Amino acid sequence: MLVVQVEKQLGEFSLNVSFTSESSATALFGPSGAGKTSVVNMIAGLLEPDHGRIVLNGEALFDNTARINVPAARRRIGYVFQEGRLFPHLSVKHNLDYGRWMGGHAADPTAFARIVELLAIGHLLDRRPGKLSGGERQRVAVGRALLMRPRLLLLDEPLASLDAARKRDILPFLERLRDAAQVPIVYVSHDAAEVRRIASRVVRLDEGRVTATGDIGLLDAAQADMLA
Amino acid sequence: MLELSPQDWTAVQLSLRIAIVSTLVALPFGIAIGMLLARGSFWGKSLLDAVVHLPLVLPPVVTGYLLLISLGRKAPLGAFLADHFGVVFSFRWTGAALACGVMAFPLMVRAIRLSIEAIDRRLEDAAATLGANPGWTFVTVTLPLALPGIIAGMMLGFARALGEFGATITFVSNIPGETQTISAAIYTLIQVPGGDSDALKLVLISIIISFAALLASEWLARRATARLHGA
Repeated sequence: MLVVQVEKQLGEFSLNVSFTSESSATALFGPSGAGKTSVVNMIAGLLEPDHGRIVLNGEALFDNTARINVPAARRRIGYVFQEGRLFPHLSVKHNLDYGRWMGGHAADPTAFARIVELLAIGHLLDRRPGKLSGGERQRVAVGRALLMRPRLLLLDEPLASLDAARKRDILPFLERLRDAAQVPIVYVSHDAAEVRRIASRVVRLDEGRVTATGDIGLLDAAQADMLA
Repeated sequence: MLELSPQDWTAVQLSLRIAIVSTLVALPFGIAIGMLLARGSFWGKSLLDAVVHLPLVLPPVVTGYLLLISLGRKAPLGAFLADHFGVVFSFRWTGAALACGVMAFPLMVRAIRLSIEAIDRRLEDAAATLGANPGWTFVTVTLPLALPGIIAGMMLGFARALGEFGATITFVSNIPGETQTISAAIYTLIQVPGGDSDALKLVLISIIISFAALLASEWLARRATARLHGA
């Protein structure tokens, strides 16, 4: 269970977002500039809220009244960035192993093989990120985040940098991931079709505020709004 | 053709030793200051920047003289180091290495700082989300990504140290076998009648060393860059 209650002033932009989620896949849905990435950065610990609290499975990750701010490195929250952010100086295999090294865990060949197979990246292991296509890069980024054994997985517009054909290739992987990985997901997107396939719960954001929360049906209302 | 007198040969060895030692000793400081200038925001940052760059702008004789009056045997700091740690710089090859290191430092810091500033900091954020604390992030992400710049900085520092003359001769004088580098030896040789041919040999040797160092650093930097871009 994830509880987010955050306020942050970013220049002219004011962000004030509250939602809770018990769903296995929650979408943060809204137009670009709504503050979606800022919210996931706060959950990950990369951006400090001015006020509020963030609680994951009963553990406070941030709480300004209690002066709690767990550093990103100790939150164990996997993060798939829009642009992948693979380490260019490491091979794909070493990118995948990075989280395990930093966590000080022993190698788990079964988990490694399972995730490599799930994402179909076995033939890429010896390559460098510079030699991967956009779709391959994002799959490796997903694998890297999963192999750190996260408590929560944040996916920030993981398909935004890909063309339509690539998106169609990767969406099934994300669906399999949601069904197989047993890690709750927060999925950020401005694309209703994507959200419909991945998420079961939707938090709609606009201009730094939550405008609605609900199930997938919310997207129909959103579309009706846009058409009206 | 390149038959050197024992004294000239000593000067060549001494030059290499001084340049290598000064580069290696300056390197960790260069990385620390480069990091501080690239990333830090603190009171007095421009002052630190200016102080680091001072040896680049000051006449080398002035830098050498400043070292002499602060670290010479009779200077308070120099006496303190000699009495408590047994570290003596004046008129020793270690002093020459110090002078070369100080003179080379701005060039080294500059290259390292630029390469750190060019790093995509979002990669460091990614490392943090994967469980890397700041120390590990620095070792596993920042440092390898800055490697081409660090190599370039070492090369510039080494070249500067090899060519240093003014600060060294002011600080530690020109003592054959102790502080007489190639540059100082050439200077000495062309002061005496008939020294020209020996001077020329040393000139040739210094050209060869510089050329080899340039080629080596070019090769290393290209390898490091290729590693970053997925070759």
